Amino acid sequence: MNFVYDRLLGGKNGAIGFAILAALVFLILPLVLDLFRLNLVGKYLTYAFAAVSLVLLWGYGGILSLGQGVFFGLGGYCMAMFLKLEASDPESTKIQSTPGIPDFMDWNQLTQLPWFWEPFNSFGFTLAAVLLVPAIFAFIIGYSMFKRRVGGVYFAIITQIIAVILTVLIVGQQGYTGGINGITDLRTLHGWDIREDSAKYILYFVNAFLLFAVIMLSRFILTSKLGRLLLAMKDKEDRVRFSGYDVSNFKIFVFCLSAMISAIGGAMFTLQVGFMSPSFVGIVPSIEMVIFAAVGGRMSLIGVVYGTLLVNFGKTIFSETFPELWLYLMGALFIAVVMYFPNGLAGIWEKHGSKLFSCIKNMQCFSAVKSMLDKKRLVKADVAGK
Amino acid sequence: MGEYTAQELLSIFAMQGFSGLSLFSVLLLMALGLAIIFGQMGVINMAHGEFMAVGAYTTYLLSVISEEYFPGFVEYYFIFAIVVSFLVAGALGYLAEFVLIRHLYKRPLDTLLATWGLSLIMQQSFRSIFGAREVSPTLPEWLMGSYQPTEMIDIPINGMFVLGLTAVVTLGVFYLMFKSSWGLRVRATTQNRVMSGAVGINTKKVDRLTFALGCGIAGIAGAAFTTIASTGPTTGSLYIVDTFMVVVFGGAASLYGTIVSAFSIAQAQSILEFFISGSMAKVITLLVIVIFLMMRPEGLFASKVRK
Repeated sequence: MNFVYDRLLGGKNGAIGFAILAALVFLILPLVLDLFRLNLVGKYLTYAFAAVSLVLLWGYGGILSLGQGVFFGLGGYCMAMFLKLEASDPESTKIQSTPGIPDFMDWNQLTQLPWFWEPFNSFGFTLAAVLLVPAIFAFIIGYSMFKRRVGGVYFAIITQIIAVILTVLIVGQQGYTGGINGITDLRTLHGWDIREDSAKYILYFVNAFLLFAVIMLSRFILTSKLGRLLLAMKDKEDRVRFSGYDVSNFKIFVFCLSAMISAIGGAMFTLQVGFMSPSFVGIVPSIEMVIFAAVGGRMSLIGVVYGTLLVNFGKTIFSETFPELWLYLMGALFIAVVMYFPNGLAGIWEKHGSKLFSCIKNMQCFSAVKSMLDKKRLVKADVAGK
Repeated sequence: MGEYTAQELLSIFAMQGFSGLSLFSVLLLMALGLAIIFGQMGVINMAHGEFMAVGAYTTYLLSVISEEYFPGFVEYYFIFAIVVSFLVAGALGYLAEFVLIRHLYKRPLDTLLATWGLSLIMQQSFRSIFGAREVSPTLPEWLMGSYQPTEMIDIPINGMFVLGLTAVVTLGVFYLMFKSSWGLRVRATTQNRVMSGAVGINTKKVDRLTFALGCGIAGIAGAAFTTIASTGPTTGSLYIVDTFMVVVFGGAASLYGTIVSAFSIAQAQSILEFFISGSMAKVITLLVIVIFLMMRPEGLFASKVRK
């Protein structure tokens, strides 16, 4: 029990935050929101995977990756390839000149399934690929960079270039990847229609469950010796190295892990939203994931989930009503978070939340809040009475 | 390549090579500014592309004004526009350094995010002021037309002008950095900030002017850019990654490296573009560079400094 409490939930404060977030995600949101909005929340929660991965990598490891979208996208594309193959069985694609291959391949005069699509007929392989393809990719990048002690700004730029390469490649190779439109029109998972309402509810809960599992795993890692080493590396890398640790191996490990976590988010995104496109791979989505983490608090596993939800809701609301203003606001958000709130929402909460807690303990606030609520109730009754 | 004759191939190389030179000019002008800022302060300026767009829009604005009010001036406004673009972008850069960047020197990764925010704000300002459509200034008569050394080769004059401009600016930067006393102070600050401060160099002032200079050069790049393509609100962001690549590939501390790497990237891209599709040309160029950087992270010309 102690293990679960201390290592997976993160002690008292961690457990409280965890419980509040769980109540919000599992109970309040599904009860309050209609299915359309809930599906939207589900979509945002898939970005939260990337934000959580950035807590490990950036918040604790001090490695800023501007290419988390790459891994998110790779995971999403692996899942999308499986779903697309299932959706393009010979029966439903018989009007094509080559039945049995995805529609966009047919439009691009492909007559045969490319070799790298073949294994995605198997669900087991797909699940493995969702995790392993990004991990191997991250390993290659991480190994070649960290072993040569490349880090900091250089690493950020290289990951960004990789994001550009992958986007241009996906857009350019239309026949193999679906091009700029991505892989669309996904229908069933093993015959189970993912577009139905019940499926959307189930996927939302599966997604939320996975997110909490990932948070617990990350908490476990951060409270372990590895977590302390990561933090030490971030502050004084040379000292850790001189103490006899192979710094690069830890960096490679955490980079691969963060890639896998982002990829799970990507795969869940594909399942919930029903398509995957290059617009979730490139520079802009990758850097937006960084801002989700920055707003939530780059050192807080729970905070970044709130950060992701908040920024995305802001984006949805603002781009619906004041599309002109959104970019100004987003830009200001970047600047404000960096200059004034380097620890994000979590930092604000720790600073002012603790006051609130002690105040609650003294019961002073309770009476104050109670009298305020009473007043409101009176006013309401007044209005209702009239 | 088998279906082309030797002479055709030669002409293709000459013309693609020349269009590569135009790309080279813009990339180099952008990268020079970025390399100075990055080499000097270790600051990554994600808004650098937007400072280029500032230069391009300034040129456009001057073109519109001179057409409206001073028709006689249209032939000459462009020279004037280059200077004004430099000043406007430089002044904005000075302001950005003063308001934003000087608070973040100790946190380079955070500067990256803050300047990205700045770039978003600037992009949206361009959209609000000039509209989402791409604009291009009216080029003076003498920049139009082309020069034909042989029947198959056709070299546009504006390309040659931009090349000349780049050469002048590059020489100017080299003079400033390596011959002037200001350059001496800049290099001293780069090498040892604390020591430079101790011998009486105002390092903060050096930083601010360096940043302004870098942004100003980006402004010139913008003016040059208008002769090659039209300008939209997101023009700058299209070039920023390429520019970073030029700087990193060349070796961050070396201005010579920047020139060589801008040249090779631009040439590789535009010659490959003729034989395979544009997107694949870009992928191959980028991929080669990333692999190169993985094997040699310090870039082409590394300064031999023990870290």
